[in-house]
Amino acid sequence: MSALHAAPAVPEKLTWSGGSEPLKASYGKLMMWFFLLSDTFTFSALLVTYGMIRFSQPAWQGAHDKFYFATTHWPIPEKVFEAVPFLHGMELPLVFVGIMTFILIFSSVTMVLAVEAGHRGDRADVEKWMLWTILGGFTFLGSQAWEWTHFIHGPQELALAAKDLATNLPIEGANLVRNPYGPPAFADLFFFITGFHGTHVFSGVILNILIFFNTATGLYEKRGHYEMVEKVGLYWHFVDLVWVFVFTFFYLV
Amino acid sequence: MATAELHAHDAHAHAHDEHEHHELGFIQKYVFSEDHKTIAKQYLITGIIWAFFGGGLSILFRLQLGFPDMNLEWLRPLLGGWIDESGKLDKEFYLALVTMHGTIMVFFVLTAGLSGTFSNYLIPLQIGARDMASGFINMLSFWFFALASVIMFSSLFIETGPASGGWVIYPPLSALPQAMPGSGLGMTLWLTSMAFFIVSQLMGGINYICTIINLRTRGMSFTKLPLTIWSFFFTAILGLLSFPVLLSAALLLIFDRSFGTSFYLSEIYIQGEALPNMGGSPILYQHLFWFLGHPEVYIVLLPALGITSEIIATNARKPIFGYRAMIGSMMGITLLAFIVWAHHMFITGMNPFLGSVFMFLTLIIAVPSAVKAFNYITTLWKGNIIFTPAMLFSIGLVSLFISGGLTGIILGNSALDINLHDTYFVVAHFHLVMGAASFFGLMAGVYHWFPKMFGKTMNRTMGYIHFWCTFVGVYCVFFPMHYIGIAGFPRRYYSFTALANDAQNSFTDLNMFISIAAILTFSSQLLFALNFFYSIFKGKRATQNPWNSNTLEWTAPIELGHGNWEGEIPAVYRWPYDYSKPGSASDFIPQNVPFSATPESNLPEENEEIAKEKEIEGLLETQNGVYNH
Repeated sequence: MSALHAAPAVPEKLTWSGGSEPLKASYGKLMMWFFLLSDTFTFSALLVTYGMIRFSQPAWQGAHDKFYFATTHWPIPEKVFEAVPFLHGMELPLVFVGIMTFILIFSSVTMVLAVEAGHRGDRADVEKWMLWTILGGFTFLGSQAWEWTHFIHGPQELALAAKDLATNLPIEGANLVRNPYGPPAFADLFFFITGFHGTHVFSGVILNILIFFNTATGLYEKRGHYEMVEKVGLYWHFVDLVWVFVFTFFYLV
Repeated sequence: MATAELHAHDAHAHAHDEHEHHELGFIQKYVFSEDHKTIAKQYLITGIIWAFFGGGLSILFRLQLGFPDMNLEWLRPLLGGWIDESGKLDKEFYLALVTMHGTIMVFFVLTAGLSGTFSNYLIPLQIGARDMASGFINMLSFWFFALASVIMFSSLFIETGPASGGWVIYPPLSALPQAMPGSGLGMTLWLTSMAFFIVSQLMGGINYICTIINLRTRGMSFTKLPLTIWSFFFTAILGLLSFPVLLSAALLLIFDRSFGTSFYLSEIYIQGEALPNMGGSPILYQHLFWFLGHPEVYIVLLPALGITSEIIATNARKPIFGYRAMIGSMMGITLLAFIVWAHHMFITGMNPFLGSVFMFLTLIIAVPSAVKAFNYITTLWKGNIIFTPAMLFSIGLVSLFISGGLTGIILGNSALDINLHDTYFVVAHFHLVMGAASFFGLMAGVYHWFPKMFGKTMNRTMGYIHFWCTFVGVYCVFFPMHYIGIAGFPRRYYSFTALANDAQNSFTDLNMFISIAAILTFSSQLLFALNFFYSIFKGKRATQNPWNSNTLEWTAPIELGHGNWEGEIPAVYRWPYDYSKPGSASDFIPQNVPFSATPESNLPEENEEIAKEKEIEGLLETQNGVYNH
């Protein structure tokens, strides 16, 4: 029995009178919505933290092309994130992170298609689009790993320019304790917030794999509806939306 | 029509079958139970155990404060190395005691123990549902709480002692392990435990909200919900939106402690040595913490207020005064709770103008709070009051809420706060208004719903003795504290030798008095424990509706099985406060009695509702649809 749509329509004036689902959503979907509301506050707290620390530090005052890395001012993101794999030595500001963002948003599109296929009850299509979504998620995570690695090792010209005052050794790149690109807080916040987002993406990918598995084994077909795809879809879109904010805060502002 | 009914009944019986077709084993029934009633009892009993630990810790530091020269050698078997060579309480351990008392009482007793118990127990029973929306997540919620409890409890036994930076764990004290012994492993365990606790709260809260929205029985519109349910609803929303901010704050602190980041740490020297940290802000932590911390006091208090509304109306045999005003005031408190947090930070050097904004918002809370206080009093006014122990505790709550709330108006002033900040005046204020008041709500709830929970009744005489000892005791403890606070005694201090002047000497007696009162009050709680556990096993058998109450849980059988009601869930036709209705022979009309059955007491507008009753009955099929999936 398709339990989801079996309930007879409730007269409109009785929508909130009990005995029905007033928001026309099952409890499972409601729970996902409320969880996302809650998680919004987790990320908001982190982005507020970013804002507060960012604006307590001096910004670069000079001309854009005269900018140099120093702990005395907050770095200009385009100068930090300008590398693209296989294009060594070229200055391509924000190109790679733009590609990452595009991949993640595109995986949201494939997720929408999976949900739509679920509404049609088309198992093969759900499988197909879930696979594309999983691939998108892994590609994003892989890209993030590359970007982190690059940020941690740093470009070679940086290593020549900056020396650790204590050891007098060249600094390679940023980590949680020191950061040749600017104030340590820049790297701290970058690692923490993109890392926290990446953890969310990673759990999303795991959930997507589970959904794909359940679809492939025909569990949802037997159940008569693909609501689980929708619920995980909500989460996946949320993670994308959060990335848009993280992207804005770290790369654009 | 007949076929439709038959079909509905079939579908229903089928749904019921799925719940009960096999007897559950011990583990599924009592340990990893998914039944909301068992989970509620698990929360309650864990909460009671925690309350004795948390209260016991306060007795230890009250000994130090009341009798600074006392030889505590006799406590060595219990505390071991925490009693120093001179037979006194170790200074570091004193700080740990204060910290753990606050943490345990606020989070483990009055959040998990109060909201966890009564939200779980009453939501499905009072809205007419067979269980929570997701029994599994509900079960996980309790076990995450249990895990948090075990970790927090274990931190009491480590060599460097539990967290000691106060329950607010402000950095840099909490961020630097070398700052004090308690900031080492103890703080790590504190943070780990709280992370699990927050997860538990989120799972519980999401469940409460979705259950209330989706699983109300037919006829149970939001304006027919008992005020208890409204209070649990707002509490859950508060928790849902504020606990994640604490999670963020705690995660950032964990990184500062363990991974060398500087979110909360700016340039700092410790033990003559400069640390490499720079650029962070300890004030940032305070903002994040109090964004949870302030809503948290309402998370603690609102369920107690909801429980009180229910008990006062039932035992005054009168409809609650201003039902919608009560909902509105709780909604107001919920909204205001999110925008007043910086009144805990008036003296952090924040802009005085910002301080005045937060002061203004803070003082507005007096309005919904006063609405509630007046409504309780007007409900009692000329009521046919029945003084059950639960009723006494509820009236006690109103008293404490008023006397503690009045000092809130004083503390909310940013100018007065300069003088009173972190003194015993603050301690007295929040212990009365949120600590003792919520505790009274918890006790009222236990006495009132004990017959439903365990099918037995508690001993009344012991209940009365327990109430009077606690009520008088609480005032004896916290009323004098105001004077000590106004005299300038700061909280969290081990001793006041540096203040050794006339002021100090003239308050020694008062401190001693407070400590004695605290010990007596705490001891009288043993009476409650005895009554509670004895009655579970040997109490007199309860009747189905011992307080002649209107809400749905009293229509369920005394021995509640899984699924709560045998057969159909009753439909709801009226609000829950039809007590002493003119024209009615009985002085209470339960929510499931249709208006068509009470023509003698119906008001004109209620006669019009009779037409709607058929439609509500028609929702039966819909409801079965909801429960079947």
